Amino acid sequence: MLVVALVAFTLSNFVGDPISNMVGQEATLEDREALREQLGLNDPVPVQFVRFIGDAARGDFGISYRLQRPVQDLIAERLPATLELVAVSAVFALAFGIPLGIFTALYRNSWVSRFILTISLAGVSLPTFVLGILLIYVFSVTLQWMPSFGRGPTADLGWWSTGLLSFDGWRAIIMPAVTLGLYQLTLILRLVRAEMLEVLRTDYIKFARARGLKNRAINFGHALKNTLIPVITITGLNIGGLIAFSIVTETVFQWPGMGLLFIQAVQFADVPVMSAYLVLASLIFVMVNLIVDILYVVVDPRLRTERRVTQRS
Amino acid sequence: MRLRLFAALLAALITAAPMAAQAENVLRWASRGDALTFDPHGQNETPTITALTQVYETLVGRDAELNMIPQLATSWDIVEPTVWEFQLRGDAVFHNGEPFTADDVVFSIERAKTEPSDFRSLLTSVSHAEEVSPFVVRIHTTQPMPLLPANLTNLFMMNRDWSDEHQVVTAQDFDAGDENYAVRHSNGTGPFVLEIREPDIRTVMVRNDTWWGLSVYNPHNIDRIVYTPISNDATRIAALLSGELDFVLDPPLQDLRRINAAPGLHTEEVAQVRTIYFGLNQRNEELASSNIEVRNPFADRRVRQAVYQAIDIDAIHSRIMRGLSRPAGIVTPSPVNGWTEELDTRLPFDPDAARTLLSDAGYPDGFEITLDCPNDRYVNDESICQATVSMLARIGIDVTLDAQPKSLHFPKIDNRETDFYMGGWGVPTLDSEYVFQFLYHTGRTSNGTGFSNARVDELTDLMSRELDPEQRNAYIAEAWQIVRDDITFVPLHHQVIVWALRDGFEQPIVANNTPQFYMGTFRD
Repeated sequence: MLVVALVAFTLSNFVGDPISNMVGQEATLEDREALREQLGLNDPVPVQFVRFIGDAARGDFGISYRLQRPVQDLIAERLPATLELVAVSAVFALAFGIPLGIFTALYRNSWVSRFILTISLAGVSLPTFVLGILLIYVFSVTLQWMPSFGRGPTADLGWWSTGLLSFDGWRAIIMPAVTLGLYQLTLILRLVRAEMLEVLRTDYIKFARARGLKNRAINFGHALKNTLIPVITITGLNIGGLIAFSIVTETVFQWPGMGLLFIQAVQFADVPVMSAYLVLASLIFVMVNLIVDILYVVVDPRLRTERRVTQRS
Repeated sequence: MRLRLFAALLAALITAAPMAAQAENVLRWASRGDALTFDPHGQNETPTITALTQVYETLVGRDAELNMIPQLATSWDIVEPTVWEFQLRGDAVFHNGEPFTADDVVFSIERAKTEPSDFRSLLTSVSHAEEVSPFVVRIHTTQPMPLLPANLTNLFMMNRDWSDEHQVVTAQDFDAGDENYAVRHSNGTGPFVLEIREPDIRTVMVRNDTWWGLSVYNPHNIDRIVYTPISNDATRIAALLSGELDFVLDPPLQDLRRINAAPGLHTEEVAQVRTIYFGLNQRNEELASSNIEVRNPFADRRVRQAVYQAIDIDAIHSRIMRGLSRPAGIVTPSPVNGWTEELDTRLPFDPDAARTLLSDAGYPDGFEITLDCPNDRYVNDESICQATVSMLARIGIDVTLDAQPKSLHFPKIDNRETDFYMGGWGVPTLDSEYVFQFLYHTGRTSNGTGFSNARVDELTDLMSRELDPEQRNAYIAEAWQIVRDDITFVPLHHQVIVWALRDGFEQPIVANNTPQFYMGTFRD
């Protein structure tokens, strides 16, 4: 994380001059110099970096140049939006991806399976912004079933603001979640299918069938559980990526989350927000990977027994 | 099962609760960029001023044709060469109930002159304001300032007591580490009251029923304004087409035909007070980005004229701007005092003449140069630059285009790191002096070409102090003649603003792109 912080900080010195965005066209050179001095932009870079790390450790990322509000407040306000979006899209991807994956694995040769697989190619190849705008065109402009932008009405639960408690909130989250989750869905679908096909060919499945276990027990009790490990890995990594980089979807749908905040910060050269965001993104990746590793131990009993074996010897 | 039923009931309750909708006229509108702050003296830029002008007011206002009209001041006059006296309105009330008085004017001017305020440059010649009586204020200037009322059209009035109470006596201070209360809260005298301010998400204002203007102007029928910034062009237009918005401030040019064809929507346009031009570095001995050594091609007027005449502005007008631009001959448009049609006549497009001029100047084979261009600031800025590259190639000038976001582009101009750049200039005071002070005066920040002419500097100083309008206009005319002949800038065109509206909502379009919604009406 320290490396990321260093890189983020160094890069931010090359993304442009925030001063020119902060002052009007009439500001004199003296005014601009004074503001540079005030913001500490004239100090040597190592000094600025150490100051940054010290403040970051306390959770203080300074004040956004663009919005003139403390960065931690901004992040606290925007994080729920992104997390909800990612959560809904992950649930969508898993809830449809896994069953469809199983279906296409079990009924490999049916035309329905082939159809699903072909459509899934679209999920992988369509860029998110094309998909998003397509959905907006169909469902907002033509059918007028769902709003084309924003989160809809939100309710506050403490510092968390949620849009999931109202019907309009759900209407607003569906399209962005589908846009964000479609790629995930396709990935999971194909992964589950490939894994299932492989597992179904293994010896222990053959023996289970020979023993006379019901199909349902075999498919779901044995085969599916074994396919889950790669799915967990992929999903975990993707979720980290989704939280950090839902930028395009958020921009298309004007979803007030972290991604939109970041892209606006880049355009404005709002250095405090950019640095804070990159540090936060690296934190998320680290945590997600940790959770995925822990889940391995939970899901795969072999990992648990191996440890016990080594402990005894 | 019962848990699910309970959850469903809970959801139903929460959705049923709000929205006891009376028939309220709600204006829902959007544009690309949100206001940066609600501190009235914080940021001097158009989207911020647009938001503030609904809530705060100034001494002098502008009507739909941009003429100066009384707002919080009912009349103004020069009582001594360096003193302006303003008679103030007696019935203006702040949203928190406090009456507006001369003391608030004194305070607001003090505050706008403090270090962090971005409006200081409007008040450089103002020394202080003096309360003569509760509704009469005198503003003292360091030298005669004929344009003071024009400078005050963007200077918002705040209430001293409210500012003391919330400790916002100075504009935003970045060092303080805390958010300044005025960034998201407001207390103005204007036609709307700020209700909710969520930057980049939405801003909600409600009608101010105690506004003094309700009895002076035709009463408007807007009860609530909900503003959402939508940065993606396609989404913004989709929201307009789907009926979720009543008004879009900045529809992209390529969608205008679609909007006009859609039932229930239309567009309006007006020439903007902003001109786009190319700046040519005539200051350096040698140009860093050109292949010519020892000489600076742009220092030769003939070369500048060659560049000027190589540009086919009609092609740019019809193909790139889709008819929505006004080709320009000087870098300021018609509403600005000092503009004349004669000045605004362009040199003809003539690539042959351009080539001849180039070889006369000693560059028969042309030369190489880099053109710096913003890609997110002006209308179709990058496309115009790309077209220019090919036009200049035809006369032998080999241009490398460097198009970057504005946060990278404008510092290059300020730091004198560019030889050939695109720029744009607006004139909030609607007077030519503003242009000369910032673009032509020796050494000023925005004078990126290095133009330096003693007579022009002298004229600029004279026009800033001259109280006799005729004499002043003579100075302005002479200065324009000098700079136009010099071809310091290669003018391109004056931009045109287009607004997109729903048929049931009327809002007169204004050349400074700042709608004042008290002029708007719902017709349905």
